[in-house]
Amino acid sequence: MAKKKGKKIIVYILLTVFLVGFLLPIYVLLATSFKPFDEVGKPLMWNWPSSLSFDGFAKAFDKLKGNLINSFILVIPATFVSAMVGSINGYVLSKLKFRGSNALFAIILFGMFIPYQSILFPMITFLQNIGLYGSIGGLILVHIIYGLPITTLIFRNYYAEVPTELIEAANIDGAGIFKSYWKVLFPISLPGFVVVIIWQFTNIWNEFLFAVTVTSDPTKQPITVALVNLAGSQVVEWNVQMAGAIITALPTLLVYIFLGKYFLRGLLAGSVKG
Amino acid sequence: MKNYERIFSDSRFQTDLWNTLYFTIFFIFGCLFLGIILAILVDSKVKGAGIFQNFFLFPMALAFVVTGTVWSWIFAPGILPENPEGINLLFNSIGLSGLEWKWYTSTDSFINFNFALIPVIIGAVWQMAGYTMAMYLAGLRGIPSTFTEAAMVDGASGWQIFWKIKFPILKPITFSAMIILAHISLKIFDLVYAMTGSGPNNVTDVPSIYMWETTFRANKYARGSAIAIIMLLLVAIFIVPYLVSSFKSNKRA
Amino acid sequence: MKKLLVFFSVILFATSFMFAAGQVEIFSWWTGGGEEEGLNALIELFNEWYPDVNVINATVAGGAGTNAKAVLKTRMLGGNPPDSFQVHAGEELTDTYVITGLMEPITDLLAEWGISDKFPEDILSICSYGGEVYSIPVNVHRGNVIFANNAILEEAGVDSIPLDWDGFFAALDKIKEAGYVPLALGDKNKWPATHLFEDVLASTLGPDGYKGLWDGSVSFDDPKVVEAVEIFGRLMDYVNEDHAAGTWQDATLMVQDGRAAMNVMGDWAEGYLKTLGWTPGVEFDWSVVPGNEGIFMVVSDTFGLPKGAPDAENAKKWLKLVSSVEGQDTFNPIKGSIPARVDADKSLYDVYLTWSMDDFATNALLPSIAHGSAAPEGFITALNDVINAYVTDRNVEKCVDGIIEAAEDNL
Repeated sequence: MAKKKGKKIIVYILLTVFLVGFLLPIYVLLATSFKPFDEVGKPLMWNWPSSLSFDGFAKAFDKLKGNLINSFILVIPATFVSAMVGSINGYVLSKLKFRGSNALFAIILFGMFIPYQSILFPMITFLQNIGLYGSIGGLILVHIIYGLPITTLIFRNYYAEVPTELIEAANIDGAGIFKSYWKVLFPISLPGFVVVIIWQFTNIWNEFLFAVTVTSDPTKQPITVALVNLAGSQVVEWNVQMAGAIITALPTLLVYIFLGKYFLRGLLAGSVKG
Repeated sequence: MKNYERIFSDSRFQTDLWNTLYFTIFFIFGCLFLGIILAILVDSKVKGAGIFQNFFLFPMALAFVVTGTVWSWIFAPGILPENPEGINLLFNSIGLSGLEWKWYTSTDSFINFNFALIPVIIGAVWQMAGYTMAMYLAGLRGIPSTFTEAAMVDGASGWQIFWKIKFPILKPITFSAMIILAHISLKIFDLVYAMTGSGPNNVTDVPSIYMWETTFRANKYARGSAIAIIMLLLVAIFIVPYLVSSFKSNKRA
Repeated sequence: MKKLLVFFSVILFATSFMFAAGQVEIFSWWTGGGEEEGLNALIELFNEWYPDVNVINATVAGGAGTNAKAVLKTRMLGGNPPDSFQVHAGEELTDTYVITGLMEPITDLLAEWGISDKFPEDILSICSYGGEVYSIPVNVHRGNVIFANNAILEEAGVDSIPLDWDGFFAALDKIKEAGYVPLALGDKNKWPATHLFEDVLASTLGPDGYKGLWDGSVSFDDPKVVEAVEIFGRLMDYVNEDHAAGTWQDATLMVQDGRAAMNVMGDWAEGYLKTLGWTPGVEFDWSVVPGNEGIFMVVSDTFGLPKGAPDAENAKKWLKLVSSVEGQDTFNPIKGSIPARVDADKSLYDVYLTWSMDDFATNALLPSIAHGSAAPEGFITALNDVINAYVTDRNVEKCVDGIIEAAEDNL
């Protein structure tokens, strides 16, 4: 028993050490966001603000609030569709072997490595042709397509852990391809979905380049564009910028906290036993 | 073809390739190492582990533009020795002035590894280690508890269970993490751009910044796409071995 | 049910009214601080003049417009131009958009509005290509200015900022002895070093020689170019050693908080010093860069008319507004720059800006390299790289070769 307690203490010590390291930059972020403009900058970065100023937050919130809703309209469908399609892709690529499935997977992987910057021109032309340029709908489509390689990859490797016998057993029981996905694989996919949703939500939420190129009307732009636009081209009010970053990160953080709970349960274990 | 010749003879692009190589290696291993340690710690089911877990994920939620600036302030060296700034100031005030250093303004290197990259790597690992942890956690949670229970009945210790049972099962997760991290490291732009720019004499320059400047500032669209193509071909170095090993293991199964 | 119907018809009415009114999309990178307030004041004035046109204020931020320029290029080349957009006067407009056939000439509009002679000739010629004007300058910043912390100068025994290089280096030595950083630099984004270099270049070549570089009458292997590289190299002995860690803003802040004595920057630094609570002429002084007497390095934002603008007629209304005295005097005092028109109202501007306006009216106006006016963007990018390397390795010969190569490649 004493040994177990000692182990726990070591775990706590290690966790705390890592935590301090992780929080160092966050401290700078927080301290700066509460400063009046004339205390902002490198020389005074470690100092806590002499008096808490909410100017930064007020200014940032005022400019960001209009774009918050756009981001939700963008992120929620884009995340769920790309996660769902990625999960089915992953299932097909890992459990149903067909001719060319390896080649297909290789192509998808290469797609992941195409830099954002080099697809800007073709992307714009494509969106114009299908009449979605300038709309959030167009942006959703872009993110679904661009997100597929990663969601597919994560699910494929996640399902690789799942014993193939499980699926085969279902097939013997007479379940079709999709039925065995729904009945066997989908219920145990939750940790996989958590990882994929965290990834997609964060990336689409924080993505700037596509957003700013596809939508030019400020009333249609997602929050990241407004966040970057808090900075002037010459003078940057870092207190406003960092307050804005904290406000912008809050929804993502809530998603983490909500989804993180699922990590704390051994979901797969239960279903395998059953 | 003239474009390709130009790029390869360009000293900036050569620096970029070295930078990418070292950055990718240290970034991937840094994240995997830190990620798995954090996952094991959080997975050890102590009270409050969930809170720690959320804190470790938090950096990922922040936009690179802003974290890049915070890191650039932290690793700004100031004027040494009399006027240290950022982390140097912190070292100085706790009596560790021996650790003061020029950080990302350093132009020293060792076998083409620019030391100025170290702070950039730290910043990138900080941002992505939490996600690597999340991937490992998903993997650890996915391991049926029947496996470990059986091993425990057989009298295996915690470490044995980890190395003999959990680690092999986590292999596919490690692979996806590696690929995802590799693709981030090749695409990394915002963080470096906000943190150091290209650095003195391009010591922290990366191909994506070079491509961006060539395409969108210098208006040399053809040369810009040539850089992108070269980068894509280099990606094959990461992907092909991965594909081969993954297809092989599939055959075995 | 009835209520709902009424509600919907009101909405329908309101939206149809909005559509009938027409709109104009103005693209710029004025997103923060004084520049944003200035732009908003302009839009307000536009709404007064043309209440039936709705302004879509499309802004994209990012250091000196880097992001904005990329987005704009993508949109222009993709056939999706805004109605009017902000662009630096000179090659940034002509090389990128005029030569590629994406802009409408506006010479006739200027004549129609009777303002062709209201801008200095040097400025309009920077905005022109092949005899046609392509954009209207709305503001002018001066690039070749030194800002100095008066208290430090006094402590070091420097009475005023010397106007010749020998005197200047002597002053730098004195300041160094007094224990301060003589010259603050923040070249993390590369261009601040190029910005300083172009001022040195103008000082050794003189106005005609500097202009000659761009029309081919002066070659880049001219000994005066080499001299400029050498002087610039000597200056690097006096800058803060952590210059690569900061932006121009950090460098200006060093002057303000008493770590450094002087900073060479465009006069947006004056606006920044004022937001930090300083008064021009009290805590800080200014002067042109040594050897730059009679030279005004121009950094000017202009607006033009793209081909295929969806609302070209409304775009012309916008151009008319920004070219008017009222428009320029609305925008510039807030933004902290001077109007491009020579007949603006001087009483609206502070003591520094009035000084700048006087020089603007009499000096030789030179196009800035670092800010896109003098040379195509390909040359600027290459020059930034060469200067960035030179700051580290101090190899004069390599630097001059690099500049010549950049010129051969891009000019």
